Amino acid sequence: MDLSSVFGVSEQALQVRSQRLEVLSRNIANADTPNFKAQDLDFKAILKETEKQYLSATHPEHFAAIADAPDNGMRYRVPFNSSFDGNTVEISVEQSNFGKAAADYQATANFLSNNISGIRKALKGE
Amino acid sequence: MKSLDSVFGIAGTALNAQMVRMNTTASNLANATTVANTEQDAFRAKRTVFKALVKEEYTNAAAPYLGGVKVDHVVDDPTPIRSLYDPGNPLADKDGNVYLSNVNEMQEMVEMMAASRSYQNNVEVVNTAKQLMMRTLDITKS
Repeated sequence: MDLSSVFGVSEQALQVRSQRLEVLSRNIANADTPNFKAQDLDFKAILKETEKQYLSATHPEHFAAIADAPDNGMRYRVPFNSSFDGNTVEISVEQSNFGKAAADYQATANFLSNNISGIRKALKGE
Repeated sequence: MKSLDSVFGIAGTALNAQMVRMNTTASNLANATTVANTEQDAFRAKRTVFKALVKEEYTNAAAPYLGGVKVDHVVDDPTPIRSLYDPGNPLADKDGNVYLSNVNEMQEMVEMMAASRSYQNNVEVVNTAKQLMMRTLDITKS
């Protein structure tokens, strides 16, 4: 059995979670910047992107596959209220999202931790 | 851990920018009652203008964090300067006028509260990121 498959999607999930934390921290940092547009990650879009299959070039003479640019899942947030300076960051929305994203990250980290303790138990054979 | 690392960086740029904003507010409040001899020399309230670091060339070597924020420039408040007839003042001009600063104390207090709230928000971001990083280090324990 390949040991890396034990962790399943948790490893990539942890990466996406930390990426989302970064995007949200950007929004909070720019809460007072004129004309800044708040962004967020669309988890569904990222998941869809991983399922996409691209034509692979198996021969040097093959043309490169013409594909749409990979979707990085970044979306602009639609604000509840518009503001005078063109900034679309709503700090309460960002705060609640950041709290949720942090909890999601912890959950994923817990899954990983459980996986590891499972393997450890199996190795010890107690 | 690239992403969590940059969370610290991004929040750090924001802490820095908000600190500059608080400093300008403190300077405005300190100079609220200064008077000058001419209208040109009168103190004008300063305002910071923030800019998002959305492009590589906006960042600098000390803070290479895309998505952070910096103080782009500082502008003078355009509110007109008031003059006051006070011939006894040693700074009065030949007509007996002195020129007051255009600082509005109420506005400055509000500005300072807003800056300190934004600062607190970013401190909270740093705290959360720190906790998550510690949690990630503990994955292999237990």
